Amino acid sequence: MAHDNSYVDKKFNIVGTRFNRPDGIDKVTGKARYGADASAPGQLVGKVLRSPHAHAQILKINTSKAEKLQGVKSVITFEDLPDLTGADQGMADILENCMARGRALYDGHAVAAVAAIDEQTAAKALKLIEVKYKKLPHVTDVDEAMLPTAPVIHDRIFTRGVEPKPTKPSNISSRTEMGNGDVDAGFAAADVIIEHSFKTEQTHQGYIEPHACLASVNPDGTAELWVTTQGHFVFRNVCAGLLGLDIAKLKVTSSEIGGGFGGKTHVWVEPVALALSRKANRPVKMVMSRDEVFRATGPTSSTSIDVKLGAKKNGEITAAVAELRYQGGAFPGNWAMLACMTAFACYDIKNNKSIGWDVLVNRPKVAAYRAPSAPMAAFAVESAMDMLAKELRMKAIDLRLKNVAREGTLAPYGPTYGPIGIEDTLKAVKAHPHMRAKLKPNQGRGVACGFWFNIGGQTSTDLNIGVDGTVNLAVGTVDVGGSRSSLAMIAAEELGIDYENVKANIADTTSLGHNDMTEGSRGTFSSGMATIYAAREAIEVLKQRAAKTWGIPLEDVSWEEGHAVATGKGHGNLPKLSLREIAAKSGRTGGPIAGHNEVTADGAGMGFASHICDVEVDPETGRSTIVRYTVVQDAGKAINPDYVEGQFQGGATQGIGWALNEEYIYGDDGRLQNPGFLDYRIPVCSDLPFIDTQILEIPNPNHPYGVRGVGETSIVPPLAAVGNAIANATGVRMGHAPMSPPRVLAALDALDNAG
Amino acid sequence: MSKSTLVSTTVNGDAVEFACPTDESLMTALRDRVGLTGVKEGCGTGDCGACSISLDGRLVCSCIVLGVEAEGRTIETVEGLSQNGVLHPLQQSFIDHAALQCGICTPGFLIAAKALLDRNPNPNESEIRYALAGNLCRCTGYDKIVRAVQATAKDMRKKGRS
Repeated sequence: MAHDNSYVDKKFNIVGTRFNRPDGIDKVTGKARYGADASAPGQLVGKVLRSPHAHAQILKINTSKAEKLQGVKSVITFEDLPDLTGADQGMADILENCMARGRALYDGHAVAAVAAIDEQTAAKALKLIEVKYKKLPHVTDVDEAMLPTAPVIHDRIFTRGVEPKPTKPSNISSRTEMGNGDVDAGFAAADVIIEHSFKTEQTHQGYIEPHACLASVNPDGTAELWVTTQGHFVFRNVCAGLLGLDIAKLKVTSSEIGGGFGGKTHVWVEPVALALSRKANRPVKMVMSRDEVFRATGPTSSTSIDVKLGAKKNGEITAAVAELRYQGGAFPGNWAMLACMTAFACYDIKNNKSIGWDVLVNRPKVAAYRAPSAPMAAFAVESAMDMLAKELRMKAIDLRLKNVAREGTLAPYGPTYGPIGIEDTLKAVKAHPHMRAKLKPNQGRGVACGFWFNIGGQTSTDLNIGVDGTVNLAVGTVDVGGSRSSLAMIAAEELGIDYENVKANIADTTSLGHNDMTEGSRGTFSSGMATIYAAREAIEVLKQRAAKTWGIPLEDVSWEEGHAVATGKGHGNLPKLSLREIAAKSGRTGGPIAGHNEVTADGAGMGFASHICDVEVDPETGRSTIVRYTVVQDAGKAINPDYVEGQFQGGATQGIGWALNEEYIYGDDGRLQNPGFLDYRIPVCSDLPFIDTQILEIPNPNHPYGVRGVGETSIVPPLAAVGNAIANATGVRMGHAPMSPPRVLAALDALDNAG
Repeated sequence: MSKSTLVSTTVNGDAVEFACPTDESLMTALRDRVGLTGVKEGCGTGDCGACSISLDGRLVCSCIVLGVEAEGRTIETVEGLSQNGVLHPLQQSFIDHAALQCGICTPGFLIAAKALLDRNPNPNESEIRYALAGNLCRCTGYDKIVRAVQATAKDMRKKGRS
């Protein structure tokens, strides 16, 4: 059934108000069950042996001593995960990342795994596995990995996107170029040109819940997996493919998820747990340690970026070029391509070009991290915008407004924008009291913009009406930010009933059609769309039942605020029927009442934001403290403003952490030196002020309610907002994030020495 | 299987005995042997506060206390916060203020916030922020958590007076 997804301006009763989340009680009482909170009879504990080397050939793995240890039920290596991926190199990469196949490609790469009756026995067994390595040269820095002298990680990688095709393998998996116009002509027409280079270090999503799962495989090929994931349907498909199981026979249930931010869109230990269970013929529970999470699950790229901007004296930007080098860990990614797409997306620049280099290094396989690749590009471009404004003696916000993208602007990555919110966010920032607040000594204020696409994707939703008129909404997108509340509100809005009468649940993979991941800010957008259509289908059934009850034609029945109303001529005296009344009689009028929807949700709206940051820099230590922060973002339509604000605040805080402290530190030996929350420091409560938010609502024309995804854009502007604030506080332009105290202090010292 | 030691404790008001190996953390013992999975593991090194409990009235990370150290002592976990089906004011306030998203850190925050309000019923913003600085949250930016604690403190003071 085709649906019209056009935005219709209407008055809402429930959408746009604030309701408590249905999962709240379980979460505040400790009842909520996360990845590590499930158990099965006879379950074993699974543990992974990981490479201590950044790059090494695995000459031999001897598991016999471990196998003989009392209490050990299975030991596996890559031989227990035979390669069934055929010609699918992407799946082969996932398999090799889950378990090394002849070579360890990074510090922490899985080499073998055991399942034993308890934690202590499993730990002891790991020590009994003998691995003979031959160390190989390694490279962990993105720029060094591109040098012709760098050790080549995969000799099958020949750079894509260059002509002629290279004759030698390298660590550069692909080159991407995109843009519009003629940048040479644009720079020739410029009065002022700014050029600067930037680096950003690798950061981790830092979800507080480590990866965890409980796997159980039967000899007949049926299997169950309980797992913390952003997409249990995708996990099912990937795990079934890697293990050679039938998709329909692998039931995957998503637990409550203790944060993901992109990092739980990829399988890590899940196929290993299934393989251990298959071999032991018992359920296997695996919980990663924090050390493992840092060393072996997806951080985001570290990058090296050059930006060049040219402008006329009046502030019109005539040309913009960015060259973006992103490492994806030990496997090819498309992270630089995403960076190219986002780098100049906030602006209407006739001549622009972005060149992206996707690079391999001996680090863990990069995973999506909230608006993946965009924050680093924005750090470079938005810092350069401030530098250009300074050179032009313009206010930085006025330079942005002069060049801002609008409806009709040709985006650097191809499409022409429909209605978008970037100009409105900038105007809201300009008018915000925060911009007029007085700054104290050593304080500075910075502004930066950000963009992220948002995606739609495959979605399947069921809505079932009980005989008492309460409603079960079964969705397949994992709730990472309060979507159960928002989706229940949408169902209640459509049906015309109270929010309290709708219970939204995340269904397992045997109960619904395929759903893509909760990623790309799609959860509430796409499941919201599917919920609207499912509810409308249920309303059609409700109307049919009312028509049948009344004995009148269906076209004489309308649905108004939770009631069937007879509208035709001569039916005026029929009292309206409530949803509850129709549901109560459903057994006698045709059976259960339900609505379903399967959709590929097209038309996700672009998300734009502008942030204001005030920072105070201690000239003695180089420590920067955020003293005030404001997020302005276009939500299209905020279904539940509480949770939209929560997304804005959480994303901004992750960006602040990245801007000021968070980074992977690798030693010369290629090993990660700070795989723990003590040395990888994410923002704590006392580091921050309140994060003020302003929600703008410029409707997305391609969603019935005007919804845009809101989950990711908020992490994009902070790096540059902080950097611009530090520049305005100190006069020092920081080109290297995080702008940690030692880096800022060194830059201040250099400025003093130069002065 | 390592040799286990029998440990007698009081957990959320009940006498509880469990046997655990001497090198097992109290967090693991509470989760796996007592069944209190509201005690969350985020790091295992005392850095994230998700496993926060009250041990003889003192706020501790149960992942860096040994199970056998609980012998004869009194433990309170998030499971003991609500009484007779009524949520503790902090629990209700966290829900009302949308102070949780994924919720994995929430039990630890509730225990830490209760420890703060038990000793200081009228904390200012800065005192709240420092009292909760041992608990990591990656979802909320702490904004709504601090507001929830402020509102609870105010309400509890008001009720205490009436």
